[in-house]
Amino acid sequence: MSKREGEGSSRKNTDAAQDRDVSANPSSPIFAAFKIFQQELDTRHDKYERLVKISRDVTIESKRTIFLLHRVTSVPDVEEILNEADVKLDGVRQKIGLIAEELRGEDIHQFHRAFTPGIQEYVEAVSFLHYIRHRSLISLEEINARLVFMRAEKGSSEVLPAGAQVLTFHVTPSDYLLGVADLTGELMRMCISSVGNGDIDTPFQLSQFLRQIHDGFSYIGNTGPYEVSKKLHTLRQSLGKVEDACYTLKVRGSEIPKHMLADVFTSRSTLIDPEEGVV
Amino acid sequence: MSVTEMFSYIQGFLSADQDVREDIRKVVQTLEQTAREILTVLQSVHQPSGFKEIPVKCAKVRELFCTVRTQIADLKTKFPVEQYYRFHEHWRFVLQRLVFLAAFVVYLESETLVTREEVAQILGIEVVREKGFHLDVEDYLAGVLIMASELSRLAVNSVTAGDYSRPLRISNFINELDSGFRLLNLKNDPLRKRYDGLKYDVKKIEEVVYDLSIRGLAKEQESGVEK
Repeated sequence: MSKREGEGSSRKNTDAAQDRDVSANPSSPIFAAFKIFQQELDTRHDKYERLVKISRDVTIESKRTIFLLHRVTSVPDVEEILNEADVKLDGVRQKIGLIAEELRGEDIHQFHRAFTPGIQEYVEAVSFLHYIRHRSLISLEEINARLVFMRAEKGSSEVLPAGAQVLTFHVTPSDYLLGVADLTGELMRMCISSVGNGDIDTPFQLSQFLRQIHDGFSYIGNTGPYEVSKKLHTLRQSLGKVEDACYTLKVRGSEIPKHMLADVFTSRSTLIDPEEGVV
Repeated sequence: MSVTEMFSYIQGFLSADQDVREDIRKVVQTLEQTAREILTVLQSVHQPSGFKEIPVKCAKVRELFCTVRTQIADLKTKFPVEQYYRFHEHWRFVLQRLVFLAAFVVYLESETLVTREEVAQILGIEVVREKGFHLDVEDYLAGVLIMASELSRLAVNSVTAGDYSRPLRISNFINELDSGFRLLNLKNDPLRKRYDGLKYDVKKIEEVVYDLSIRGLAKEQESGVEK
């Protein structure tokens, strides 16, 4: 023990600092100030974590909806699947309602990084459903219009029935853009699988729609956020695959009997599949 | 709404966003210029002759902070106040520098830690988000950490200049700061990274204090004898 103490006063100083730490003078202004900072930072981090968690749930549910929607090409009753997807998306919207509640009175951009992946996935799912139903691109306003939530004011809900608070969640244009970029990957998959099922019209509709989206992204170019230019590359690939499929349909469709077309494309799509990890 | 219409709507939004960023960048540049001027004035306290002129330097710096206030007031007009965090990255760096400079001046004047309220007052901004352009708590803490490393340098230079009591006072101050920071639960973010550097500042100052005390220099100063 005595040897350790003799190791030098620099060592002693740190020990002393630690001692002071334990019995840190609670009345010192610095201590008091940092206590407040501690609380403030902890609240902020907690909120952030909660948002990340909700965002994960939103992502998972949206992904499941997309998988469900991919079945429309092989099922006779399309409407049934679409309704099921609607129900699922309602659940997702409830979760986004939780995000909106967390963000009540906060600056949405402060926590944006916590929930942007979930929101993008939601945009993807919702626009996919919209495309299957209406064969058009859902607009940002339409998405935002559905993200309006009614919340009873805490405690005073009985007193003021009309005072129920309206909470809105706004998808930012960049999130919308990134979600739509992801949508193109899903459309490509839908195109390939619909050919597999002998559907000849859908690929042509899809290639036209994809081309419009591609033109739109080229128009935005590099003025958008950084991620957009990355996704533009994948978008080009998807478009290429769909255009190739249409080309093959046109050229060989007249030669090959209808019942064999499916075989031609199922072998094609397995060729394409390995690259899909990029999307 | 057709696809083309939708994309041109988004494009309009994006270019408006870029214009705002451009404006902010211009103002932030002038702010950075002023911050550098202030830093230059304060750097001279490390000179042996500078120690006697600390009050003069501080007065000069206080004047320069008037310019900072008008520049920040200009910055406030460049974007809607509720979108503070959307553009936060643009002024985060310079704001941390300014906090450091304000904290350093206040330390030189009164040897106390500047409070967040004081910094906000010096910079002409708010403390709480609800009231407008404010000082984020993380930026404040980052600025304080920059000051800690500046003080460890000051401790070394004050010994060179023959001021043997200052390192002891700095040591006490930094230790208190260190225990304050130990109260915080920091995430793995830039602030945490900067805080990890604090222990080296603490160590450096302790070494200075150690050197002084084994030579009895610290005590000599107290009794007013100098050799």
